[in-house]
Amino acid sequence: MSVVFEKPKALCDVDTHYCPGCTHGIVHRLVAEAIDELGVEGRTVGIASVGCSVMSYNYFECDMIQAPHGRAPAVATGVKRAHPDNVVFTYQGDGDLAAIGTAETVHSATRGENITVIFINNAIYGMTGGQMAPTTLPGQVTQTTPYGRDVSYSGNPIRVCEMLSTLDGVALAQRVAVDSVPHIKEARKAIVKAFKNQIDKKGFSIVEVLSTCPTNWGLSPVEAMQWLRDNMIPYYPLGVYKDIGGKQ
Amino acid sequence: MEYKIKIAGFGGQGILFMGKVIAGAGLADEKEVSWLPSYGPEMRGGTANCSVCISDEPIGSPLVVKPNVFLAMNRPSFERFIDSVEPDGIVIIDSSLIDEKVSRKDVKAFYVPATELAEENELNGLANMIMLGKLFRETSFCSNQALKGAVEACVPKSKQHLIEYNLKAIGIGENL
Amino acid sequence: MSKRVLMKGNEALAEAAIQAGCIHFFGYPITPQTEVAAYMSKRLPKIGGVYLQAESELAASNMLLGAAASGIRAMTSSSSPGISLKTEAISYMAGSDVPALIVNVQRGGPGLGGIQPSQADYFQATRALGHGDFQVLVFAPATVQEIMDLVYLAFDRAEEYRVPAMILADGMLGQMMEPVVIEKPQTSPHEKPWAASGHQNKRRHNIINSLYLQAEELENRVIERYKRYEIIKEKEQRAEEYLMEDAEIAVVAYGATSRIVKAAVKEAREQGVKAGCIRPITLWPYPTDTIAKYVNQVKCFLSVEMSMGQMVEDVRLAVNGAVPVEFYGRTGGVIPEPGEVLAKIMELGR
Repeated sequence: MSVVFEKPKALCDVDTHYCPGCTHGIVHRLVAEAIDELGVEGRTVGIASVGCSVMSYNYFECDMIQAPHGRAPAVATGVKRAHPDNVVFTYQGDGDLAAIGTAETVHSATRGENITVIFINNAIYGMTGGQMAPTTLPGQVTQTTPYGRDVSYSGNPIRVCEMLSTLDGVALAQRVAVDSVPHIKEARKAIVKAFKNQIDKKGFSIVEVLSTCPTNWGLSPVEAMQWLRDNMIPYYPLGVYKDIGGKQ
Repeated sequence: MEYKIKIAGFGGQGILFMGKVIAGAGLADEKEVSWLPSYGPEMRGGTANCSVCISDEPIGSPLVVKPNVFLAMNRPSFERFIDSVEPDGIVIIDSSLIDEKVSRKDVKAFYVPATELAEENELNGLANMIMLGKLFRETSFCSNQALKGAVEACVPKSKQHLIEYNLKAIGIGENL
Repeated sequence: MSKRVLMKGNEALAEAAIQAGCIHFFGYPITPQTEVAAYMSKRLPKIGGVYLQAESELAASNMLLGAAASGIRAMTSSSSPGISLKTEAISYMAGSDVPALIVNVQRGGPGLGGIQPSQADYFQATRALGHGDFQVLVFAPATVQEIMDLVYLAFDRAEEYRVPAMILADGMLGQMMEPVVIEKPQTSPHEKPWAASGHQNKRRHNIINSLYLQAEELENRVIERYKRYEIIKEKEQRAEEYLMEDAEIAVVAYGATSRIVKAAVKEAREQGVKAGCIRPITLWPYPTDTIAKYVNQVKCFLSVEMSMGQMVEDVRLAVNGAVPVEFYGRTGGVIPEPGEVLAKIMELGR
């Protein structure tokens, strides 16, 4: 009997704490597959951020460091500058990356810090139970926008890839989604590229992954996928916002 | 002998540099020394001062509160520190910039038109070294060789051609 | 004997770190510590090191967390307001047992305060350099030479006990120049099998982490750390005793203030009052044993600080009510003059 599907080596053989239908599991797998494909697990250091993915340090087989809220790119910078031959990635949610850690995100990007950033955008704070995130959509109901996000009062969402694509240090800024098989395949390619860029010393690469949070959105996993397609993709169009390609 | 030296003037007159040369000369003579600048916005054009101690013993407080040597290079500094000088202390005044006389009778005051002398001798910006030359003459706070060595060590590597001018200015002060 | 050279305290801090094998520095400009960063930015690129100017003190200390967690000797430095921002990462370093060096060249506070020398961050350094149950080693040099010696010691002990260490200096010490002899450190960096630097497929993954959601598990972690703190308290207290043999008044002062105090103590003796000085070199662990040794000899203690009275509480804890403990201080960046301290000593000596 031939094995046609197995756990990537870079994933630990453990149960995760993620909710049913949450797409963190898919993205974890894609990251682990990229590490396996490039054969770099032994020299990879992952930075777990604060949010639902905080315990990702228990799920990846590479060495892991858990960073303070928002500071994952700064911690990654420290590791990368100390060990330039290591492959260093951060795994951050929208609150971590685009609210409390905006300065660290923007400056590590503009420095062209040679790291890989996996950015999970699910338009909500998951771990604390569903509050407004910097990427919460206009009108979206959350625990702290019970009447829907009023942009004239709470401000506008941030389109991270668009913003970062204006910075010179960025090698790759691409937005993908994990709501369908074709999109997942696209996401996988983007994540591999983001790691490959680092190995090729091209600079800062970010892959923004539109993800679901069925629990805090109050939807079933299937409904959540549809909600992502109907609401998030129109506001956050998928695509490559910057890719320096072969250029250094 | 313990020298507790206060040097004060405007930023840009080379107040801190003069202090470094004095401390460097003390070091070359194998004395204990300390140099403490005023720092912060003062460095950028306001008043500047520094404290230098030279002693045979370890230096206690590096902040000179009651100097026994005071070099004044502008009027506000002169007014600020003149009363703090210890009795029998030495006061050297750049009389080109300070038209006041020392009213105290218990200190030894020397009036050196250092800024004018620097200009006359085409040594613009080296009034500080003329003041230093005068200090050397009146106190012999260090050896000749140490002073020369300190100037050589304190002038940045990129400006080595200035050593000669610094030494010339010291010579002018020394012969007043 | 090696050659004596004139160096600023801040430059000596930087050079000592380099001599100790720390060639990664993450900084942010702030007066009066900026020369540390400037020195590093000049030296490190030439010796294969990294000087990185961060976007904030928060980022700088988190870069330090990353670099130190990956197993190298690294440091950051700042002055008081910047240290407040750095406390976030310091708490994480303590909570994940990551050794690193943090330098505070103190200035007056609170708030933006001033830029002149101060010792008003004593509580912050010894009580609460961030949230949670933890301590960091705190070393307080009093001369530029001692800055070098204590930087070596701080790196070594931080690695030995896997705790962050702080050099608590002040603007006067940072800005002043004194002769120093640059000697090589006696110790080498410790092995760090716990570091997150890539497992090279030779071991299971290392995790650097401070999160423990099970209360008992977190409690156990903290208790284990406090057992190390007990060993530190037993083995690492350091203090200098100056003219204490027959002293009747013990003046306690650390850092730059101790130099002013020594001058005053000497003068007091000339005027017939038997004063002496105890200078804590470690502020945590506090040299309680040295203080306690004198409670039956002296008639009182006097804590002199550039603050409104912070270390005096540790003196009181050590003295434990046996004799009176007095305080004299200036704050806001005002450096006490030897004469003021002398007057206080003479008042107590009457």
